[in-house]
Amino acid sequence: MGMAADLVAAEDVLLFVNAATASTGQREFYDTADEQAMSLEFLHEYMLYNYRDLYAASLALGINDHNALMAIRGLLETARNATPGQKATEGTLIARRLLTLPPPRVFRLFKDLRRHGVNNRRTRAIVRDWIKGLESPAYHAVKYRSGFKAGLKHAHIDIGDGELRDFLFGPLAHKPYTTPILETWRQAHYTSSALYKLPYTVAEGFAAKHGIDREVFLARISDRMTPLEKLRTGEDPVDPLALLNESAKYHGPQQIPWLTRLAVRVLALPLDERAARRAELTEGLRRFAAVEAGELAGTWGRVTAVLDDSFSSFGSPVKRRRPLAVALACHFLLEALAAPGQYTPLWMSGRKDPLLTYPGGPTPLGLRLIDALETGPDRIVVVSDGWDNSPPGLAGEVLRVWRARLDPEQRVDVVHVNPVFDADTLDVRALSPDAPSVGIRDAEDLVSLVELAQFAQGLLGLPELMAYLDGRVRRYLGAH
Amino acid sequence: MRIDLSGLRTGPSQVWGALRLVPLLRERPVEGLRLHRLAFGPTVRSKVLITNTVSYHSYIPHGFVADWNRDAGDSEQSAAYGTQIVGKTEKILGMPMTTHKRMVQKAGKQRARFLPLHLAMEGYLALHFDAPAIAWRESSERVIHRGLSPRSEASWRGLVIPGLQDALRVFEIYEGQCGVLLYAADALAAAFVVPHPDDYRELHPTLLLDMYGELIYQYALMMPAVREFRARIDDDVDSLAGLRAAALAQNRAWAEFHDTVMMSALVDQAYTSERAYQMGDFDLVRFKPAFKPGEENHIGEAITDGDGRIAYLKTFRLSEAQVRRGYLLELLAAHDWHLGKASASIGTDSDALWHRVQAAGFDGLFRGKQRKAQ
Repeated sequence: MGMAADLVAAEDVLLFVNAATASTGQREFYDTADEQAMSLEFLHEYMLYNYRDLYAASLALGINDHNALMAIRGLLETARNATPGQKATEGTLIARRLLTLPPPRVFRLFKDLRRHGVNNRRTRAIVRDWIKGLESPAYHAVKYRSGFKAGLKHAHIDIGDGELRDFLFGPLAHKPYTTPILETWRQAHYTSSALYKLPYTVAEGFAAKHGIDREVFLARISDRMTPLEKLRTGEDPVDPLALLNESAKYHGPQQIPWLTRLAVRVLALPLDERAARRAELTEGLRRFAAVEAGELAGTWGRVTAVLDDSFSSFGSPVKRRRPLAVALACHFLLEALAAPGQYTPLWMSGRKDPLLTYPGGPTPLGLRLIDALETGPDRIVVVSDGWDNSPPGLAGEVLRVWRARLDPEQRVDVVHVNPVFDADTLDVRALSPDAPSVGIRDAEDLVSLVELAQFAQGLLGLPELMAYLDGRVRRYLGAH
Repeated sequence: MRIDLSGLRTGPSQVWGALRLVPLLRERPVEGLRLHRLAFGPTVRSKVLITNTVSYHSYIPHGFVADWNRDAGDSEQSAAYGTQIVGKTEKILGMPMTTHKRMVQKAGKQRARFLPLHLAMEGYLALHFDAPAIAWRESSERVIHRGLSPRSEASWRGLVIPGLQDALRVFEIYEGQCGVLLYAADALAAAFVVPHPDDYRELHPTLLLDMYGELIYQYALMMPAVREFRARIDDDVDSLAGLRAAALAQNRAWAEFHDTVMMSALVDQAYTSERAYQMGDFDLVRFKPAFKPGEENHIGEAITDGDGRIAYLKTFRLSEAQVRRGYLLELLAAHDWHLGKASASIGTDSDALWHRVQAAGFDGLFRGKQRKAQ
């Protein structure tokens, strides 16, 4: 009985981690946004009331920002259900996770907390610590004014009688400000030349107010844009280093998944341009992959990747080519991780050129797996949404027969990483019980996910999982 | 005529809810024939003049253009890249209440425009309505008062078929795919074949604008999701080569099962065909089945090459009631509308047949005396 319950618990936790890693509640190729959001909400509630400890610990795993926010809000809302010991751990985990979230998301959380009337002592303490810990409160007050104010008011934070208080609660009565950014902000109301010293999103509003032409504005503001803002708005630059060097300082967490972002960017370029800039793009992707691989580079031995570029890797209009971008980023990462010259990529369509890949065609996953097994690898990594349809179910059969008849000693390590959460089954679609399937959001998480995959296979039980999670939590908090 | 699908290979099916799409693949495209889509814009309904006095009214969302014997290098006129190849006289955007002259029309030197399925549907509607061969007063009077009473049949637009839009959206088109068979709850709803993979890619979404029979609508609405035919490999393989052979055998097994079981009702029937247009070596024909009640019956149209192989095919599955109506009309026409002879030929009495005629709504076609006698 105890064993069975343990197994169920371990499965539930992995299910949740898979979902919370892969899904962002947005529309996917096969699911609508509503279906995704409903499944996610159910999973969050289920975890919160059944496995509170593990739920909190999942903050230390690589669950994505969207789900981290949902988890933090859930934990804060139900504070009365927690024991004092749980509260202490949760508090530190939440505080730590907030530091790695982009500021817009944190401020959105503050507004959410206010809207839902979550106002216990711990919530106020967490909001206060986060705001007090800001490196440059004036900058954040200007850039995220409403969220900043919402947080202050909701958590009853005393910020003293200084300029910041005047700026937030009676801005134009005070003049002049001595804090440079506040003074610039005040001047931008009256003169258009001042607005180019403000953060991009704030300047955008003033530019509209002064009726500045969009092109002129973008050209002059470019050095005030963060790298991500540049990626979002501009056509150039694609060279990642130039992007990092020539941009304004990004005041959020510094671990941005550049490899995956870059893959998304590359796939957004027309095929002709990709072909023309092949050297530059490949070099950029390789460089970031090498950084991500770090000291693990070249240690994975002989690796074969089965990468999904079938039509469903298009994703959806809101997550355009995301599954394909993850596959492309994994391709470069695996190339770095594998022993030199020991890496074989196999694309689903049979096309050879990773840089010119595009979504199209069916998913003959079973046949590609046989191709992969024929290369005699130490490890096979499958990056696919798991919709094996040509013919359906062949991949599972191939893996089953391979494990049962041809490789009973498990010489070859097969891992399936899935960038798409399947709302119907409340999990990422698995290929077969014989190969672990884990959810993935950014290719950068690949290494830690492969670690986690051993639990997904049911080889290790709940005690081991708890020990692993404890280790991750300690490492996570220790890294602070 | 028989439907000869040689040159087409069955691929693994893809399932979405109660709908199953089975791709048909060609090793090499049919040479010398291309199909293009002709968008009629936001047409509300159209009127097709069949002769000067008879017309056919319908909502027609799109038409097809067939090109034949073009040079292979003529890529500018290829449909796959969305190039419009409509003649100068045919402006295509927005044409509410436009009259299309005839179902099939020459639209250039080596080009014909035809309205998909409407050609077949008109053939079915016009079944034995060339005016009765026997003159009788009631009929003549009715014609004078109300005109040639047009028969009507209901069909469902693809857009209202539950799940069809999503099924077509998530379908992963194969390399070399030239056709698709659409099943609802594993009943064959429609067959669609084109000569070239690029044509298919372009015309794939038009399946949503086509019309479908009542049965298909109901099956898609009410039936539970159909099962995938999942691959199974026996445990007796002992090498990778064996594993690959077993995997490929699974593909063949499915194709064989599909061709001999699921598709048999379509291809094993003999059809009566009528040539509507000749384009070079190709014939555009419409065909109707033998109208066997209780069985699958498809009407449709096809373009066949000199050897009778299918280059283009589009079918419409008749509902049970439609099959019965077709059957009765054929039966009565074959016996000069004589109830006694007709009923004797199918081994029943004239009362029983009369009830069937009434149920099908054809009693108005009989003389009043006959009606009273029954």
